[in-house]
Parts: sequence; structure tokens; C-alpha cells
Amino acid sequence: MTIKRFDGRKLDEIRKMSAKVGVVPNADGSAMFSFGDTIAIAAVYGPKKMHPLHMQNPKKGTLRFTYNMLSFSVTDRIRPGPSRRGTEIGKISEWAIDPVLMIDKYPNNVVDVHVNILQANASTRCAGINAGALALAHAGITMKDMVSSVSIGKLDKDLVVDLSKKEEDFEEGEGATDIPMTFTNNGKLTHIQLDGNIKTEQLKEAVKLARKACKEVYEVQKKALKESIK
Amino acid sequence: MSNKKIVIPGEVIVSGEKYLPGEGTEKKDNDIVAIMYGLSEETNELVKVIPLSGVYNPRRGNVIIGKVNNVTFNGWIIDITAPNSAFLSLTEVPRYVNKDGLEEVMDIGDMVVAKIWNINKRGIDLSIKSRGLGKIEEGMIVKINSNKVPRVIGKEGSMVNLIKNETRCNITIGQNGLIWISGDKIEDELLAKKAVLFVTEKSFVEGLTDKLKEWFEKENKK
Repeated sequence: MTIKRFDGRKLDEIRKMSAKVGVVPNADGSAMFSFGDTIAIAAVYGPKKMHPLHMQNPKKGTLRFTYNMLSFSVTDRIRPGPSRRGTEIGKISEWAIDPVLMIDKYPNNVVDVHVNILQANASTRCAGINAGALALAHAGITMKDMVSSVSIGKLDKDLVVDLSKKEEDFEEGEGATDIPMTFTNNGKLTHIQLDGNIKTEQLKEAVKLARKACKEVYEVQKKALKESIK
Repeated sequence: MSNKKIVIPGEVIVSGEKYLPGEGTEKKDNDIVAIMYGLSEETNELVKVIPLSGVYNPRRGNVIIGKVNNVTFNGWIIDITAPNSAFLSLTEVPRYVNKDGLEEVMDIGDMVVAKIWNINKRGIDLSIKSRGLGKIEEGMIVKINSNKVPRVIGKEGSMVNLIKNETRCNITIGQNGLIWISGDKIEDELLAKKAVLFVTEKSFVEGLTDKLKEWFEKENKK
């Protein structure tokens, strides 16, 4: 199987990743994460008092994740502001990160994560989750573990790691399939989505592939955090 | 001292039966795992993580600088730049206060130096029953990141004493990152502010006290 991908990558090769923490000076914690042309910036504010007051939870804190695609991030300008898709991805990302966050340490408080996509070339939610996790760690929020996210796709019958826009829209053969997944560092799955169709057997394979790829993402995240202080 | 290293959440700091988990860490089987990003430190088998960034985490005994947010019938609600606001009770003021005139002692918007004497589930209680605590009448307030406060203070106060001597200002540092500077002349205060910001900017440089001395020499020549 030596099918060439559009950009000449191997099937299990991730685009060039880069990560940096402390990119937003005014935030309590911030990070940038990119997969090739996909760039996400996350800023964390808090823990701070939850407003409105009726949303306060005296038993545990709240995580609020907002995902926003900037209007210039794609080739056709998108309408700025909240959208159905943005709200949905924000909620999904929140659930992906929530299992590792020890949010019960901040009763009545809220931790706000704002993710902005500067440039999009597929896998934006994965970049958003990676940046968000980095920013939360940078903000000194108590976390059991880190999370890393990667998307698995299908080019006809072959599983590929880290989709680009062109691969995401690849309709030939079995049709376009996109499976974003998030893992903790010790290999627990916290988030999986499936857009397209895939057989059960192959899905198991995809999970295995993503788990391996997430290790690579984790190393990049680790390096970014450790090297933020010279 | 030599075993200081930067750890990230989920990372195993040390493993072994004898170690005890301190702040920012958790025991998992035989490993001490970090649950916070920061510098790990090990003293007498007690392992803890000191955070490098993030919001101020109030502790008992901290001297802080806060702003009066509200006046209630029996005290003041004070914003200490932490997630939760603090309460300064009427009984913790070392003078007679007329119950109908709490505003006369401290009004909304006033700054106050106070000490955290108790933290419980209901909130943070402050006290001004000690020397050096009380309402701030004059001077200026500089805000820095609370994680850089130990650096501004320096080893046994070496850094802050240097700034005090060079600028002839009175400096009170709140653990929450607010610094009160008061001097005779506004120029002195501005110089002290500049020095504080210089220290926070270069907080990871080694031998900063000497660097600051050089910096002062340069500033004084101007």
C-alpha cells in the first residue's frame, strides 16, 4: 500500500506541529497550537466568579469552552460571530477536556476557555482542543492528565492520520469520513466523533491509530510547556 | 534545591513508597503525579508543585492589598484579585467604629492592606489588627503577576530592600500581586514602579539583584 497522499505524507504522518504557551499576555493562561496550516489560539481566563449568579454551582466549578472561527480563517469569508457549528464544537471540546480537569476544586467559579481559529485547513477542533488543554495547564488549573487530539480520516479504504481539507472532502470510493478523537496521555478516550461511514472492525483500527498519533501530539505539548521557561 | 524541574499535569515526578504528596500533586499507586503545571520541589520526602502562572491562590497568613467592593452592615467586602472576594469584619478593625458609619472608616473604592486570617468554605476572612495593615491613604498601586511576588521580594527581602533604599520609598507587597509604593516625591515613586516592572520582566534571569543594582546606577545617571 503505497498510496501517496495529496501532500506527499505517509498514511500515519501528522502535518508539522508547533505549539507555544503564553501567547496572550492579558490572559491567565494561553497557548497556540498548529497542524500545518491549521492554527488555533486559546486563552484561559479564571477561575473567576461565575456570572450570572444563577449559574453558580456550589458543589463544583464550571468549564466554559467557546470555539470561534475567525472570518478570515477560510478561503470564503465566513460570517463572524457565534454560529450553530461553533457552539456545537465548543460544547464537544468542553466534554473532551472535562474528564481530566479537576474542576471540583473551584466551587462557584468558572474557567473560561476561548479558542480562536486563525487559519483553517481541517482538523480545527483537534487543534482547538490541543491548544485549550495547553492553555488550561498554563493557567495553573488542576488537571489529572493532559489531553491530545487528532483526526483520523479515510481515503477510500485507507485510514489516514490528520486530515487536510482536501482529504476531508475526498468523496471517491467509500466516501468522505472524518473521525476526530481525543485521548488522555495514559490512553483513555475522552471524545470521539464520526462523520461518514466506517465498518466496526476498521473503526477499532482507527482508534488504535489515533492513540499512537496522540502520543506524538502529547510530546509536542509537553515540549511547549517545558520550554516556555528558559 | 537541585531536584527542581518543570512538570506538567499527569507527569510522574518521583516514584517510591517513601514520598508524600504535597500541594499540586497526587499519589497514584506508587507514583507521585503532578496535577498542576509548575516547578516541582522535594523537601524531606514531601513533594509539591509550585505554580508558575495563573490566578492568585489565597493562603492563610498572606498579607494582601485589596479594594473595597461593598460595605455591609457588619463589615466590608474586599476584592483581592482572587476568584472569590474576601470579607473584612467590623470586629477585625483595631479601633472603635460607629455601626452606622462604616463608610467613614473605609468606603467603596478605597484600597486596604490586610492579612488573611482564615479561609473556609464560606469565604475568606481578613484582618487589619496588626502593624502595617490598614487603609491606604496615599501613594500608588502597581499590579504584577502574583506568581512573580517572591522574585520581587527576593531572598530574605533583598530585592525589595534594594528598591526601598535606592528610591527612598515605602513599599508594601501584597501576595496577590498588588504593590503599594509611597514616597515623598512622585519621581521616586515612578522610579520604584519602574524597578518593580524591571524585576518582573526579567524574573527568570539569575543574579537579578546585581543586575538591578547596575540598572539603578544607569537610571541615576540620567
